Amino acid sequence: MALSPITRRRLANFRANRRGFWSFWIFLVLFVVSLGAEFVANDKPLLIRYDNALYWPVFNAYPETTFGGEFETETDYRDPFVRGLIEEKGWMVWAPIPYSYRTINYNLPVPAPAPPSADNWLGTDDQGRDVVARLIYGFRISVLFGLVLTAFSSVIGVMAGAVQGYFGGLTDLLFQRFIEIWQGLPTLFLLIILASVVTPTFWWLLGLLLLFSWTALVHVVRAEFLRARNLDYVRAAKALGATDTTIMVRHVLPNAMVATLTFMPFILNGSITTLTALDFLGFGLPPGSPSLGELLAQGKANLQAPWLGLTAFFVLAIMLSLLIFIGEAVRDAFDPRKTIAQMSTATPGEPAAAAARKEAAE
Amino acid sequence: MSQNPDLLSVRGLQVEFRSPGGSMLAVKGVSFDISKGETVALVGESGSGKSVTALSVLQLLPYPMAHHPAGSIRFRDTELIRAEEKVLREVRGNRIAMIFQEPMTSLNPLHSIERQINETLFLHKGLSRAAARARTLELLRLVGLPDPEKRLTAYPHELSGGQRQRVMIAMALANEPDLLIADEPTTALDVTIQAQILELLKDLQRRFGMALLLITHDLGVVRKMADRVCVMNKGEIVEQATVADLFVRPKHPYTQKLLSAEPRGNPLAPPENAAEVMAADQLKVHFPIKKGLLRRTVDHVRAVDGVSVSVRQGHTVGVVGESGSGKTTLGLALLRLHASEGAIRFDGTDIQGWQAKRLRPLRRQMQVVFQDPYGSLSPRLSVGQIIGEGLGIHGIGDQKERDALVAKALEEVGLEPGSRHRYPHEFSGGQRQRIAIARALVLKPKFVVLDEPTSALDMSVQAQIVDLLRDIQARHNLAYLFISHDLRVVRALSSHVMVMKDGKVVEQGPTQRIFEEPREAYTRALLAAALNLEAVRSSEVRT
Repeated sequence: MALSPITRRRLANFRANRRGFWSFWIFLVLFVVSLGAEFVANDKPLLIRYDNALYWPVFNAYPETTFGGEFETETDYRDPFVRGLIEEKGWMVWAPIPYSYRTINYNLPVPAPAPPSADNWLGTDDQGRDVVARLIYGFRISVLFGLVLTAFSSVIGVMAGAVQGYFGGLTDLLFQRFIEIWQGLPTLFLLIILASVVTPTFWWLLGLLLLFSWTALVHVVRAEFLRARNLDYVRAAKALGATDTTIMVRHVLPNAMVATLTFMPFILNGSITTLTALDFLGFGLPPGSPSLGELLAQGKANLQAPWLGLTAFFVLAIMLSLLIFIGEAVRDAFDPRKTIAQMSTATPGEPAAAAARKEAAE
Repeated sequence: MSQNPDLLSVRGLQVEFRSPGGSMLAVKGVSFDISKGETVALVGESGSGKSVTALSVLQLLPYPMAHHPAGSIRFRDTELIRAEEKVLREVRGNRIAMIFQEPMTSLNPLHSIERQINETLFLHKGLSRAAARARTLELLRLVGLPDPEKRLTAYPHELSGGQRQRVMIAMALANEPDLLIADEPTTALDVTIQAQILELLKDLQRRFGMALLLITHDLGVVRKMADRVCVMNKGEIVEQATVADLFVRPKHPYTQKLLSAEPRGNPLAPPENAAEVMAADQLKVHFPIKKGLLRRTVDHVRAVDGVSVSVRQGHTVGVVGESGSGKTTLGLALLRLHASEGAIRFDGTDIQGWQAKRLRPLRRQMQVVFQDPYGSLSPRLSVGQIIGEGLGIHGIGDQKERDALVAKALEEVGLEPGSRHRYPHEFSGGQRQRIAIARALVLKPKFVVLDEPTSALDMSVQAQIVDLLRDIQARHNLAYLFISHDLRVVRALSSHVMVMKDGKVVEQGPTQRIFEEPREAYTRALLAAALNLEAVRSSEVRT
């Protein structure tokens, strides 16, 4: 599909915001790397050559007996004895970080939490688990959680806002009052109570947070639909006999998408922060899961091990800042007043200039 | 050119707008003079550079994006181009005042009338509060604002459009300027009010000996007001002449084109007994006014109040009236795009109260073309998608046939069939209106509501669209409901005319009869204002 001029202009505007553009690429690289966390940080080798056969421990579980061991259980590749067995008849390729998020390093020279060393680049946490490995997995789960939550709450929010704005009247009135009451509920307390009733898993938490996060977009979308439903081209579509659904999806939604996309990076930020907060308080993901909030909580509990708190702080700060910068660039991209990116040197008389240009161009 | 020493002298003025995509010369070497007490009109279509020229006199363009590569603007002995801000402030609003097209946006909505007018008095005259108030009252009386004492504390939204324009003029006159620049001062106003404002301007000019630079696209206004005319086209003055000369002996081809661009021709003469396509009996559209804690309905705004109308095949019924008279609401109500009461018969069937689903098959037979060609086309769909949408909804033909129908409809309205792959923003206003007409036509309707289809267009384009509409009507034997405030266009297209005021029909009948021997006082006032720009003192007409 060819890019329409408006899309091309938006891309140019996005690119013109250098900070946002670079943030986008840095974030994308980090995210892609963390998606392949199993290949970056794992306590299993990526590839084993043993007895002229290839093994992929990342994908398959092999019992120890495969490599001439004694147990029927899955091989513990970190066990020096097993390692010796395999290396006798072949070789192993390890991930750059030979720890998974739950691997406990029993060879620590000092009691856990251990400070950064050549073995554990950012040290270990209070249970002897490698901080870098936990960060990579924690980053992935945070971002994935944020993305899924953002996607779901955007879809629900856009639909709710569209229905309210398009039909207006009593529908709008009742829905608005309901949302006002709903938003008045003390979200965090409710989440904590609910999280103590059910055992929180990834999907449970997602559902619980979704209950309260879908309202974020309703107002902007509703306003956009309220405005657009009286536009002439919507009237024209009605006169053509188009159904309400067709009009909403085909004629009005594209307008509302601008506001929605502009808001999305900020909603993503909010989602990640909420999950971190819950994890920090201990009401989030199940114990043992890699999570930035849990690392923060460990940092608070172990002030003598500053690498824990500092790492969690810097990772969170950098990730959230990157997302905000991306959000700013997206906002620039969709800003209709930024007709041309380089116009940032313009004087306050810019709207007048745009009008004059428009008149002159006609 | 004139014996009097020139008040304002513009020589070889150029205006260029710089943008990263390149720069554009909007005004290409314009020269003209204005002497004391003279009225000079700058005439041209949109984009001709007339407003930019006027704004550069007061150096109000968005500098430094706009700049003047060459030229000079001398006011008395002062060069205004690149003059110091201090010099300009002394001139602006004091020696040269300006009034703008849109009186609503030109007044600060948060300031009372008194405060707005006082501002210039404080700035330039340093008057005391009491003296300023006395002067403000005097000015408001001068511009004929009713009850000036009461209006002092009023805010712009409490005044009508005409009253706001009067306040704007009072502000401009506050310091008795030598030159008043009026940028389309009456374009946003109703015809009867337009006539009043023009008369006021003329009267004030006589009294103060002011010079007037009038920017307009309306040749009727020029003929009535100006002494000399400069015709602008594409950033150049193509012809300068006295009014008498210009209208009798236009020299430049563009001027001739502009003068001949008035909508002409006569409506078709279809048989009187043609079948009735659309009719309404005692149609009412009321909006409730709700007051109080319980939001009880205390009264209704009667947008359409008991209107009966009948449109026959091949006929055009013109609906005229000023803004707020309910003509657009009537059109929308007939198409069932607006809730209403009273019978609506389409092809002999009463369709009032039908569900959307039941109505859908009929939708292809009744279509609408809106006023604003910029707002009525979805900006994100290609022209082909816009025109083909109705075909898809009504399940007409397969993809290939639809494409062919769209191409044919485009050809019929005088556009290249190849343009269906382009987007609306690539077209001019007139072309967009053709696209909107094609969208209605492609469904082969019987009845089309034309809601001011020519009002947003330039004069020469208006005439083309009127010709096109008449052409299409003849070919397909269409019934039109033609809504307009422009009586000249109505006369060129409608066989019947309905004059509406405040939701009611004041007078209706055959076009010729209405125009030649109007019976009602309001119709007479409307006709005088619209066709001769005469203000009629009558209780029928608002201020």
